[in-house]
Amino acid sequence: MGMAKDNQFHVLAVDDSIIDRMLIERLLKTSSFQVTAVDSATKALKFLGLVEDVASEIHQDVDVNLIITDYCMPGMTGYDLLRKVKESKSFKDIPVVIMSSENVPSRINRCLEEGAEEFFLKPVQQSDVNKLKPHLLKSRVKEEQEQPINN
Amino acid sequence: MEVGQMQRQWMGYMKSLFMEGFLDGQFLQLQQLQDENNPEFVVEVVSLFFEDSERILKDLSFAVDQQSVDFKKIDAHVHQFKGSSASIGAQRVKNACIAFRNFCEEQNIDACRSCLQQVKQEYIHVKNKLETLLRLEQQIVAAGGSIPMMEWN
Repeated sequence: MGMAKDNQFHVLAVDDSIIDRMLIERLLKTSSFQVTAVDSATKALKFLGLVEDVASEIHQDVDVNLIITDYCMPGMTGYDLLRKVKESKSFKDIPVVIMSSENVPSRINRCLEEGAEEFFLKPVQQSDVNKLKPHLLKSRVKEEQEQPINN
Repeated sequence: MEVGQMQRQWMGYMKSLFMEGFLDGQFLQLQQLQDENNPEFVVEVVSLFFEDSERILKDLSFAVDQQSVDFKKIDAHVHQFKGSSASIGAQRVKNACIAFRNFCEEQNIDACRSCLQQVKQEYIHVKNKLETLLRLEQQIVAAGGSIPMMEWN
């Protein structure tokens, strides 16, 4: 279930708010993204196959092209998730976008420094989601350049 | 009533909701996300908002009634409510939550109790307005019409 459909980009959305999850999913689908929405960073890591006690990163068939996550979540925050993703061998090149309802410059800088591509202020708008395609296309080009030619 | 009349009534009602500050531009964003493939989107999000809000208000009442008040917990609930009301475009609820959070920070329990009442009132207000609005939309669609696109600058 983790395979990307045809050439569609697959976005993993993480937010503990049921309303925001619904919103971000609709926004992403309007842009023709395939979406998996989960309600916690822990579930996101599980989906990616990045589980704490497992040394190897399984779930090689999970094909996520972008992660968009809320910053403030109970338990593991979006920032923690960002760090875990950037520290992982298999997923460090996946673009990560952070969303937050609070405009805290130090928070924004921390996230960008840790490798987040964008920081969106909530409520997220269509114009924000429109900024995602370039990051995804860049990643896809990079991916293709790194693949051995296997036609 | 024929469709054109219903649509004009809807527009008038929407305008009043904006003028009175019940709703802000975010609500229009929701309307824009609704299309033929997702004709129920607004109804679904708003219904979810009602359910979620009622849960939060229950939790808030409980938290505020405690002998030993946990302001952090209260603030967490209000933060949630602020977020969801902002996402819907329920401006007055959102603003009431912002005021509430300030008093949580000050650890002023009496002000917090008063804020809770405010937030409750604003929520009930906007709930009634939204229910009326959505009923009008239902009637328009049932009569074969479509919901007008509104712009708010």
